Amino acid sequence: MCTYQTEKLQVSGSAKGPEGWFSLSSVTVYFDHPAHHPAEHSLNIDFLNLDDGAPSRVAVELDPASARELARAIPETLHSEGQR
Amino acid sequence: MTDSLRAETVRLTGHDDDEIEAYLAQPLDEGRFGAVVVIHHMPGYDEGMKEITRKFAAHGYLAICPNLYSREAPGASPDDASAIVRALGGVPDDRLVGDVRGCVRLLRSLASSNGRVATIGYCSGGRQSFLAACSLPLDAAVDCYGAFVVGTPPEGMPLKIGPIVHMAKDLSCPLLGLFGADDRFPSPQHVAELEEALKQAGKTYEFHSYEGAGHAFFSADRPSYRPEAAKDGWQRIWGFFGRYLASRDE
Repeated sequence: MCTYQTEKLQVSGSAKGPEGWFSLSSVTVYFDHPAHHPAEHSLNIDFLNLDDGAPSRVAVELDPASARELARAIPETLHSEGQR
Repeated sequence: MTDSLRAETVRLTGHDDDEIEAYLAQPLDEGRFGAVVVIHHMPGYDEGMKEITRKFAAHGYLAICPNLYSREAPGASPDDASAIVRALGGVPDDRLVGDVRGCVRLLRSLASSNGRVATIGYCSGGRQSFLAACSLPLDAAVDCYGAFVVGTPPEGMPLKIGPIVHMAKDLSCPLLGLFGADDRFPSPQHVAELEEALKQAGKTYEFHSYEGAGHAFFSADRPSYRPEAAKDGWQRIWGFFGRYLASRDE
């Protein structure tokens, strides 16, 4: 339901879901209809493990301004810590 | 005709003899009824889709909604299942056709079936309703704002689906198309191209596009809901199914 604007990334890291911590295999980022956030569209991020039989997911739905703030904060934080 | 019905979760044999979950709703009146396969939208096999399935039964149709995400995420919440299937590339076309075939087989086996079966689908299910109607012998099909019957998905999209407008020549039944004029997928240009293909193929179709409505205008639990378009759309559906799914005994 659907803008169909989706990016899929292979990532390394961990996330904590209802069943506890799990290793991440991929992240999908898409601008589409949210399941919970009260807006017609939101920037949605799914942190996923698709490799371990029963898939795991941590989801966020952000309004566009919040998504931009998050995107700005990530490289800034990494840069200030000397990470490239 | 009363509005009494029974609705329940069932298991059926889908593509490749896989057992899949589905939601079946049946009128409790005596008689023989036309039947509808409800193909859920990309957000999955959720409350809204089950509500629509019950609505068909309340209007005198056998109705079934298969959980197209049964295999990847059995028992998961609809939004989790949808996210997982999106990341894995979506529902393959041949698997969709096999699952719908299983639903049609189950519906026609019911004692209260009049033998006639339609598909209706929303969002990604709109495309899949058209796909099923071009692949299986059906009595009617409804495409509610299905994207990528015409047109190519955006670059980088993990969903492995492509245009299927070339299948118009194989359409086995009349097609009702309901679209939002403000939608981008499908855009008014996409709808016009599909209409032209159906015209060229000499198929029976009826299209309606609603001004002021975009994608998912039937979804009453979302901000995209457009009551005027949805109300008219439902009237078009009842008229269409009344013509093509009416009991053979009548």
